[in-house]
Amino acid sequence: MTEKIITKKEVEYVAKLAKLEFNEEEKEEFTSQLNSILDYFKKLNELDTERVEPTAYVISMPNLLNEDKVKPSLPQDEVLFNSKYVKKGYFKVPKIM
Amino acid sequence: MREEVVIGLEIHIQLMTKAKMFCHCSTDYIGKEPNTNTCPVCLGLPGSLPVLNKKVLEFAIRTAVALNCEINQVSRFHRKNYFYPDLPKAYQISQYDSPLGASGYMEISLPENKEKRRIRITRVHLEEDAGKLIHEGDIASSSYSLVDYNRCGIPLAEIVTEPDFRSPEEARIFLVKLRSIVQHLGVCDGNMEEGSMRCDANVSLRDAKSSTLGTKAEIKNMNSFKAVKKALQFEVDRQKKLLAEGIEIIQETRHWDESKSVTILMRSKEEAHDYRYFPEPDLLPLKVDLKMVEEIRRSLPELPEARRERFIKNYQIPEYDAEILTSSKALGDFYEKAASLYSHSKVLSNWIMGELMRYLNENKVEIEDSPISPEKLVGMLKLIDEGIVSGKMAKGIFEKMFKTGKDASKIVKESGITQITDKNELFAVIDIVIKENPRSVEDFSEGKEKALHYLVGQVMHYTKGRAKPGFVFEALKQRIKKI
Repeated sequence: MTEKIITKKEVEYVAKLAKLEFNEEEKEEFTSQLNSILDYFKKLNELDTERVEPTAYVISMPNLLNEDKVKPSLPQDEVLFNSKYVKKGYFKVPKIM
Repeated sequence: MREEVVIGLEIHIQLMTKAKMFCHCSTDYIGKEPNTNTCPVCLGLPGSLPVLNKKVLEFAIRTAVALNCEINQVSRFHRKNYFYPDLPKAYQISQYDSPLGASGYMEISLPENKEKRRIRITRVHLEEDAGKLIHEGDIASSSYSLVDYNRCGIPLAEIVTEPDFRSPEEARIFLVKLRSIVQHLGVCDGNMEEGSMRCDANVSLRDAKSSTLGTKAEIKNMNSFKAVKKALQFEVDRQKKLLAEGIEIIQETRHWDESKSVTILMRSKEEAHDYRYFPEPDLLPLKVDLKMVEEIRRSLPELPEARRERFIKNYQIPEYDAEILTSSKALGDFYEKAASLYSHSKVLSNWIMGELMRYLNENKVEIEDSPISPEKLVGMLKLIDEGIVSGKMAKGIFEKMFKTGKDASKIVKESGITQITDKNELFAVIDIVIKENPRSVEDFSEGKEKALHYLVGQVMHYTKGRAKPGFVFEALKQRIKKI
């Protein structure tokens, strides 16, 4: 039996943030799946990380910088090409207040 | 009793680089056709990768150093996640737990009691600007919004203060000074109306004896210095009224409605976003070379405070004048240019702070676009000094100069409005005035000085201000004595 790290409430919260809707059955399923994933990752706790810096990036190289130079932008028709909803050069989206 | 006002500010400034923050699109987006100023990077198309613009880093460090911040040698970019169509990627690249600059301060002086206040700067960090939503027709009835991504990826520095302001006026004074600083640094033009400098505020009230903060409201959409002061005062009054009625303040975001002069609820805390920040995997940690920081610190231009002191010393003008003249970079430049051409520096500051600023404000013209250049203003002042026009006439000429952009001498020539230098012509008017005002003449003869001023005024009226008051004064005195 895996330890409950994630509750159904958290699944509902994350789903809401991601604007996803699930039925009760799905919520139960995801709760259990997320818990078993986290449980599996517990294996990492066996490692001694005492002398390891927290790692957000795996490559160590200095940050690259661009020169402050202007180059041409994309033409408007190419920018809008992939959108189904376009009006007067704008992207058209449902109203959000 | 919770009556101490507590205000903190968050200011976004658009950095005046040529190219955007992470791509090579131009930052010159205002007035451009929609979606003509974008590329795969700022549109967030799959496969595109951001690369930080070197100048953005330099400008942000310049800002942070000028605000006495410590520069973090290693800072990181984070993704701030939220769904809103102004962000094509559904996240904004920002900085979170390791901002570029931290723990700074700025001093402001409060005119009413000459007190100096130190406002602590929590942090200065980098982030990208979002696109713009346009609502066609009536916002309420329209069912869709239009999106223009031209502004996406414009570099922003966000400046966050500690809650150190005790009144809306203090917050306003801080903003005016901050604008002048970023203008002098050459990193931002500081135009609140056009949105190149934007300000949000956190407002709360607390018991003056307490050190814990009250529940705050966040105020957005203040588009001018005046709006900031008005909006904050409205919010303070709103909270005081609620507390007086025994109603607790709720943490919420409120929108300043300029036309109605009220703040309106946008969202309460329950709906507030959880941004799920995480390190931006597409950008490596930002390592700042200390040598670069020192180089920037050494090469900082003269800042408003130093310039104000120099104005007081070099031009012998009062502190008040120097403070106003250095409140914007362009105004200070205007004054210095004029002062290099004209030695009566106080006369100059009077005209600039009085007539010029009044006309600029009334016509909503920025000093940079003033139809009266420093050269033209000085040209007019010289006409006064030479006795060709009177100070009073000059005000009329000034108005014409402002409207037409013409030189003072040209206006004088065209309209023939020079000062009357023909003494006989003046004596004729003086005699009429004496004849028409026997009562005042009598009063003056009996020692009432004021009556003479009235008579001088009458002469000026007859000559439509074209007489030299000093001359008229003396001439009247002598004529009346002879009677």
